[in-house]
Amino acid sequence: MTQEDKLAIRMRHISKSFGTVVALDAVDFELKEGEIHALLGENGSGKTTLMNILSGIYYPDDGDIAIMGQDVAICSPKDAFNLGIGMIHQHFKLVDVLSVAENIVLGLPPSEETKRKRLNQTIRDIADRYGFDIKPESKIYDLSVSEKQTVEIIKVLYRGANMLILDEPTAVLTPQETEKLFDILRAMKADNKAIVIITHKLNEVLAVSDRVTILRKGQKIDTIPTATANRQILTEMMVGRKVDLQIERPEVTERKLMLQVNQLTALGPDGRKMIDRISFDAYGGEILGVAGISGSGQKELCEAIAGLCPVVGGSILFETKLNGVDVAENLVGQTPEAIIRKGISLAFVPEDRLGMGLVASHDMIDNVMLKNYRDHKGPFVDRQTAREAAEEMVDALEIVTPGVRTPIRQLSGGNVQKVLLGREIRSNPQMLMVAYPVRGLDINASFTIYRLLNEQKMKGVSVIFVGEDLDVLMEISDRLLVLCHGRISGIVDPRTVTKEHVGLLMTGGHDEEVGA
Amino acid sequence: MDRFINFMNAAVLAGTPLLLGTLGEILTEKSGNLNLGVEGMMFMGAISGLAGAWFAEQWFGWTGVPAALIALLISFLAGAFGALIYAFLTVTLRANQNVTGLTLAIFGTGFGNFFGELLGKRAGGFVTVTSATKQAFAKLDLGPLSQIPVLGRLLFSYNWLVYLAVIIAIMMHLFLRKTRRGLNLRAVGESPATADAGGINVNVYKYLATVVGGGICGIGGMYMTMVTTSGVWVHNTILGYGWLAVALVIFATWSPARALYCGLIFGGLMMLRLYLPIPGVPQQIYDMLPYVATIVVLIVMSIRQSKEYAQPKSSGLNYFREER
Repeated sequence: MTQEDKLAIRMRHISKSFGTVVALDAVDFELKEGEIHALLGENGSGKTTLMNILSGIYYPDDGDIAIMGQDVAICSPKDAFNLGIGMIHQHFKLVDVLSVAENIVLGLPPSEETKRKRLNQTIRDIADRYGFDIKPESKIYDLSVSEKQTVEIIKVLYRGANMLILDEPTAVLTPQETEKLFDILRAMKADNKAIVIITHKLNEVLAVSDRVTILRKGQKIDTIPTATANRQILTEMMVGRKVDLQIERPEVTERKLMLQVNQLTALGPDGRKMIDRISFDAYGGEILGVAGISGSGQKELCEAIAGLCPVVGGSILFETKLNGVDVAENLVGQTPEAIIRKGISLAFVPEDRLGMGLVASHDMIDNVMLKNYRDHKGPFVDRQTAREAAEEMVDALEIVTPGVRTPIRQLSGGNVQKVLLGREIRSNPQMLMVAYPVRGLDINASFTIYRLLNEQKMKGVSVIFVGEDLDVLMEISDRLLVLCHGRISGIVDPRTVTKEHVGLLMTGGHDEEVGA
Repeated sequence: MDRFINFMNAAVLAGTPLLLGTLGEILTEKSGNLNLGVEGMMFMGAISGLAGAWFAEQWFGWTGVPAALIALLISFLAGAFGALIYAFLTVTLRANQNVTGLTLAIFGTGFGNFFGELLGKRAGGFVTVTSATKQAFAKLDLGPLSQIPVLGRLLFSYNWLVYLAVIIAIMMHLFLRKTRRGLNLRAVGESPATADAGGINVNVYKYLATVVGGGICGIGGMYMTMVTTSGVWVHNTILGYGWLAVALVIFATWSPARALYCGLIFGGLMMLRLYLPIPGVPQQIYDMLPYVATIVVLIVMSIRQSKEYAQPKSSGLNYFREER
């Protein structure tokens, strides 16, 4: 018998183009049974496209695929799971209004096996075997993000998948949930299942995988055993050159009180209390990190300070000058427009860049104008100033765009974020709030954003950084505020605490120490 | 009491074509297709049903029940044909659903009125079916059932299309709630990408639901010409019923079972003027009532923010697997 018989999947010379964009260029990929294989690459490197071909979402333009030594053509998702391939997508493919069990059997032919009682039992059996915790009768819309992911995994296991592909599975999980997921993956590996995990987080590759394949710009760079790899090697293969992985944290000696939040309570869109009596200070010349499981009140906190979210109690005092006198202006109850008119310059880079931050179908000039149109008097708009500003931004931030007249929608995620952040910084803010500024950005773009934030901090701006990657937050922040269920569970000094400790605070542990 | 029973009878008769249009549209929207062309499909069903019955009489000498069944079949096919145009444009060619639906509404209105007038000309003045066929659409005599005091008149004194509409509603409810294919259809309307990844053929479900839904709307149109106007073509006979049906889908919160009593309420609101006239209140105020009720329901729904009693999430959006 040849070596190939042990291969669960062998893809050879796979190519795929979207219009004129080549997403994959003659890529080879091999997956063994009973291994966890990491697929590493930056955004746009083609890693998700390659796996979408395996799961039948895309059909390759060229190349061939063999499953368990048999040549196959995968034309639809149905073909894929008939072959035992199950993919857990980054954006969960679940129907909100159906129950866990209904989602799991969706699309399967009716049979004795799928009768409700029997089905629920099978789901519980699978859950017990790998250590999941889920109720088959729950509705999806009642579940947390990590529970939804569990449903996705059970779904593919129920369908008898022995090859699992997970697309960025940890992006939405806390450190504890991630660890639990890794334990589950190891249990499945012990069960001789073949697992691919798509990621751009190096520490995860090193923690859980047996082998790693690196893609860059649609080409395969190499496949190496994880045991022979380290962060530096992997980054160089992924980016194509040496990258300094250290995020700087420059020291600023002079810190000025900028913002005092006192007993702030705010409601979410459905009228539920999303932040509950929280108090903290923010200083000029520091980066205050905000950590927490998604939905712990980060969004409402930023929006309350920006005047976009209804505040029901407490105060937000902003240190500013009014008619030459130092005052603490209360922002609660003021509209964003009133805040601007008082001369308070507060810049907010929201999580939803193209929904709240920029107008996707407008070009850079019009988007810059949205921020500064008030500076110009008279009934007509001043495009000239905005155009100059946009062109300066393109040069200063190395924004890759065909021109300032190109609609923002056509730019890549990293460049969209540069436009948004660049525009906000141009207004010379006293305070800069950024929500998930590097979500979806590759290493290069992320480091540019970190550099920009540090520059602002050195200028004496008070920066609030809401993030999801704890490693980054702990490296860049001067102080780290941890939110849990809308309350502050601790404000810690990231230089002295451990990641596990912060993880504990995120999930509801309590903390007495307060950082510097 | 007598007055109340008369009112209820009138409400049921007025509500049935609305109920049929609503059921068709619910099935369509469950597949994620927001077909605003209900008005057009009802017009198409109205004229085709009448023409079918008339030609069956003229050519084959079929009168009474056979002519009625021909009307049923042809009106279903005509509504289904309108929906097929819609499905081809939106599912296969991925045209904008709103624009396509509005176009279908206008097309169907013209189709109905044009062939209605043409048929009238051909019949020499105006078109009408024989009294035997008319009799086939009159109220049924269910023997002892119809004789039960009060209940007999309330429940067992209608034409067969009323009972057909009720049966369709119940069957559709069971289909969506209890069967695997119903589950698949709901998944297609909520999240086609999920359904697709689960191995469900999204396009087949969209086509079938839309076409069958259109056929049911067509039957609703046929009811208007065969029952409401007793087998005579009246210019603009549907006028507004199709739009009311679209509103009724929202009122019934996309549930065929709730459509049953919501159709009755709408029918009642339309008949209120005749049975509960208030001196000094003009007819136009009464005509507004169904729409006012719809607005109230929309407000209540947006306050309650229920996830289940809501429009299928991807209704109005086209699906293309390789879209990035």
